[in-house]
Amino acid sequence: MGVEEKLADMGVVTTTLESAVGWGRTRAMWPMLFGLACCAIEMMAAQAADYDMSRFGMELMRPSPRQSDLMIVAGRVSRKMAPVLRHLYDQMAEPKWVIAMGDCASCGGVFNNYAVVQGVDEIVPVDIYISGCPPRPEALIGGVMALHEKVEKLKIRDVL
Amino acid sequence: MATPYALPEVTLDEIKHLVSQRALDGETVLLNMGPQHPSTHGVLRLLLELDGETIVNCIPDVGFLHTGIEKNMESKTYLKAEVMSDRLDYLNTVGNNFAYCLAVEKMIDVDVPPRAQAIRVILAELQRVASHLVWLGTSALDVAAMSVFLYAFREREIILDILELVSGQRMMTTYIRPGGVWRDVPVEFDDAVRNVLNTFPKRIDEYEDLLTKNPLFLDRTLGIGKMTAEEALQWGVTGSTLRGSGPDWDLRKKRPYSGYEQYDFEVPTATEGDVYARYLVRIREMRESLKIIEQALNKLPLGPVRSNDRKIVPPPRSEIGTSMESLIHHFKLWTEGFDVPKGSVYAAVESPRGELGVFIESDGGPKPYRVHWRTPSYNNLEALPDMTKGLLIADLVAIIGSVDIVLGDVDR
Repeated sequence: MGVEEKLADMGVVTTTLESAVGWGRTRAMWPMLFGLACCAIEMMAAQAADYDMSRFGMELMRPSPRQSDLMIVAGRVSRKMAPVLRHLYDQMAEPKWVIAMGDCASCGGVFNNYAVVQGVDEIVPVDIYISGCPPRPEALIGGVMALHEKVEKLKIRDVL
Repeated sequence: MATPYALPEVTLDEIKHLVSQRALDGETVLLNMGPQHPSTHGVLRLLLELDGETIVNCIPDVGFLHTGIEKNMESKTYLKAEVMSDRLDYLNTVGNNFAYCLAVEKMIDVDVPPRAQAIRVILAELQRVASHLVWLGTSALDVAAMSVFLYAFREREIILDILELVSGQRMMTTYIRPGGVWRDVPVEFDDAVRNVLNTFPKRIDEYEDLLTKNPLFLDRTLGIGKMTAEEALQWGVTGSTLRGSGPDWDLRKKRPYSGYEQYDFEVPTATEGDVYARYLVRIREMRESLKIIEQALNKLPLGPVRSNDRKIVPPPRSEIGTSMESLIHHFKLWTEGFDVPKGSVYAAVESPRGELGVFIESDGGPKPYRVHWRTPSYNNLEALPDMTKGLLIADLVAIIGSVDIVLGDVDR
């Protein structure tokens, strides 16, 4: 089903370079192994057997920012952590994306106080926000899917 | 992009009181570990002083997850402040609510129905098993046993499903409330918990098959991170980390709360005080927790699950439409909250990590004047430098896993 029916056994697929690159970027997107708080536990659960993010090519969590394409900010970011987070983001190689996982990373969540950064978009540009405290693993996968859609549509020029 | 969030520069001069003279002379190396590191279990930062690969000194730097929970609780009424307590130790959310509610109940002197007490115990023990499963998975991952992680998280889902069944949330349940629990457990609860009781002993055997006699695991854990009972007590270490060194200090036995005295269970201890001893203690604790759950479930009394004191406990939803008095109570409780007599109180529960205590100071109003959490992870973490001296970095990773810290609990 799909493209091979239309093309019979020609063995040739025509597409644009942009969509091929976009497709390739989504199929092996390596998230950074970077947990902050409660959401990190749900992120681990999303990696484990029940939810299994490797179905989407997302199973390889890299502890090194140099090797990762995606930063999942999983949890509340304190004022002390903020410079570290920015530093890690700066160390990631382009093209790079950020998911703000959970209410705290998105907007501060229940913690409207002196210690917590009110939304991680104060520090780094965020592509996808996921609501929930903490979001279920399904919600994280949903967010990742939304990011994949976004990445597939990107022009090469946009991310260079 | 210019950002106000630049990493602060630290000179050797600023930290000279923390390191030895050899580091200042350039004989030893200072190495930063964390806060983003796969095996520091969150955002722990360690400053390591190394002689080759041997640890001369290990200085924990905490506060990267400081959330201001204690301060935030002061600005909320007693009912609403409980939501904050979930997010302290996020692997033991039920236990945090439990400690908080015990403290509030002590102050306002409200009696909790026996059914609610038993439900609390069942959920707290389920949460203990779930927390130990996360510990088992991650600490085994630290010593390079990957498959245990996948098994442990598979089983954890079963327990989270039960928490979701009763409260509607997987992790941040806020199910235990001052004066009882939020609502009665659904009819499926009994079957779901019995399913856990039937399947888990075999599953724990499976984990033991993978680790207990595994020569690679033994090499990484036996005799590593030793701590004597005196050292542990001096640091204020509690929980399984203390029991791995000998003392059988468990608040569920020593200061029973919520009817723990009726249940027959043992407090597992070991004497070696190393990483392996702490592993054995936690594995046995999971089995003991299952024993407690079974007993509590078998004699789960019928009756109400919330106190009838309408000044403390909001009325059931069904009454609000028919009774003016209930409507007023509901409105008053969720806007003003209830006044708590002046005074201070301390209540503690045995969390999966140790003694989790909450101290509340009240000035007579509807909001706490001061809330302080005595969190077990913080004290357990402070003992880390003593355990690691003279060992290798690879051992440090195993020791951090065995102490079972949760950074939300440390930094709050």
